[in-house]
Amino acid sequence: MSVLLEVRNLSKYFRVASGALHAVDNVSFTIDAGKTLGIVGESGCGKSTLGRAILRLQEPTAGRVFFDGMDITSFSKEEMRQIRQHMQIIFQDPYASLNPRLTIAQSIEEPLKVFQPKLTEAERRNRIEELMELVGLSRRNFNAYPHEFDGGRRQRVVIARTLAAEPRFVVCDEPVSALDVSVQAQILNLMMDLQKQLELTFVFISHDLSVVRHISDAVGVMYLGQIVEYADKDTLFQNPGHPYTRALLSAIPSVDLDERRERIILKGEITSPINPKPGCRFAPRCEYATPQCTAADVELEDAGGGHMIACVRRRELFT
Amino acid sequence: MGMQPVLEIKGLWVNYETEEEIVHAVNGIDLTMYGGESLGLVGETGAGKTTTCLSIMQLVPDPPGLITDGEILFKGEDMMLNTDKRNEEIRGNGISMIFQDPMTALNPVVTIGEQLSEVVRTHQKVSKAEAKQKVIEALEVVGVKRDRYDDYPHQFSGGMKQRVVITMALLCQPELLIADEPTTALDVTIQAQVLELIRTLQSESGTSLLLITHDLGVVAETCDKVAIMYAGEIVEFGSVDEVFRNTLHPYTKGLFDSIPKMTGPCERLTPIEGLPPNPADLPKGCCFSPRCKYKMEICEREKPGTRGEGHTAKCYLV
Repeated sequence: MSVLLEVRNLSKYFRVASGALHAVDNVSFTIDAGKTLGIVGESGCGKSTLGRAILRLQEPTAGRVFFDGMDITSFSKEEMRQIRQHMQIIFQDPYASLNPRLTIAQSIEEPLKVFQPKLTEAERRNRIEELMELVGLSRRNFNAYPHEFDGGRRQRVVIARTLAAEPRFVVCDEPVSALDVSVQAQILNLMMDLQKQLELTFVFISHDLSVVRHISDAVGVMYLGQIVEYADKDTLFQNPGHPYTRALLSAIPSVDLDERRERIILKGEITSPINPKPGCRFAPRCEYATPQCTAADVELEDAGGGHMIACVRRRELFT
Repeated sequence: MGMQPVLEIKGLWVNYETEEEIVHAVNGIDLTMYGGESLGLVGETGAGKTTTCLSIMQLVPDPPGLITDGEILFKGEDMMLNTDKRNEEIRGNGISMIFQDPMTALNPVVTIGEQLSEVVRTHQKVSKAEAKQKVIEALEVVGVKRDRYDDYPHQFSGGMKQRVVITMALLCQPELLIADEPTTALDVTIQAQVLELIRTLQSESGTSLLLITHDLGVVAETCDKVAIMYAGEIVEFGSVDEVFRNTLHPYTKGLFDSIPKMTGPCERLTPIEGLPPNPADLPKGCCFSPRCKYKMEICEREKPGTRGEGHTAKCYLV
């Protein structure tokens, strides 16, 4: 399998009145072509900023992003515009990401006009109909407006528009979070089918661990701008090695009545990402924290087989 | 059970009527809750969960909302026949409600201490100082320190704000607490804290809990009984144990199959095909029949009644 995307020491800081807000801090990973990397974490952990920084929708403060071997962080504006055809993003709220005054065909047509200007009007129309069929929208909705659709079908329009650019890589930022569970299942199935059919590579950002487990091949867990644990899906969910991942997994209410796990209720709340202190950022809420944890920054280390954990006590805990 | 129920809903119908259309939000639901019980009311967007709760509180916005039929008995007293003044007394002292969004439930320009004492002083005859003392004690129970009494809502995080809202709902020791998606706006680790708090407070005070949610996992962890709503009807009702283990209604089965699992192999999900019906144009027979895999000829012709004992479902297959 070849690597399609590599993110190396990526950081994004925002300047605020009281200092620097470390939204994304020194994040590195690679994704193989055709695979899905899930990024999980709670509000404010920097997962959306990470998605945007990868596409340079927000200019990274430091670090590099390689797409298909090319360092896109060194690209000019024009080069970036060209490469974006292959690198697209889907947002959470399908209500906000469609122009209410365009019909859905017009919305899907926009990327075609930009990236395939040579198509004739008839060819464009054919292509739009093909895309609508691909995402499961009926042809008779060609001239419908977004307000006539429910959230699920709106998200289908957004996906069709994304695919119109013929991307190889898509950042999916909470694409099913606004949807009811029965509709969410329809969209998840659609995305997985399309991935197989079109050999797409996904970064799938979500706060919902069961959704991430369902769709991802590998998973990164973020806490206050940093990836604290990274592993293939089965390892991460069966054998979590970071205290935060363990607490996160135990906090999910399960529908399985026989699977009554021991709950780890975290104390306190997420601390501020502004001018963070050195050391493990999870330490203030961690039941295993020792003075050693806050003495120096904690790096991700391989616990075996590519299971990366950023915890100084990883060898003594949970092994 | 010889006990008098805390809450009894009998044949409740609620419409929202505008010039263009009549939206049938709640269509003939029956529900009984006894003291100390916790009941989960589950359904997707537009199923009529919130309208049901607003009806219990007699807070359905009128117009356009209209309760067209039914009875709502709080400890035997029909809320719909009561005077507004009597219902105002019941709200707060008898029934309290927690809303989904803690930010909009709190007044941004009044300190939380003042807002909470106002609740005490509206519903109970106590002095200012007594009210303050009560509020400080109540805040400590939910884990908010006393030095935050004079803080404004914006100084609290989402989880802390929801604790303040929970305190507000519990200050007058209501017999029935209605919580409308109390943790939906919160992160999972904070949700776990808040759910544990609600569970503890409920079991200690003996308050009955009506928990509205779209999350079956939350119900499994919090409730004894569950009612599944679809298109304004309760399509399945029973103990959590029964409904989760021996699911009867095809809609409930569809919900379970739609949820990605946390254990076992990741199999392809089986979503419910299609969409919920338009509440202004409901199907003639079973409201779920247009999407049902097990549809029979009678399902489209005639609405099924509630079938079964204890664990019930509105389905001909039962």
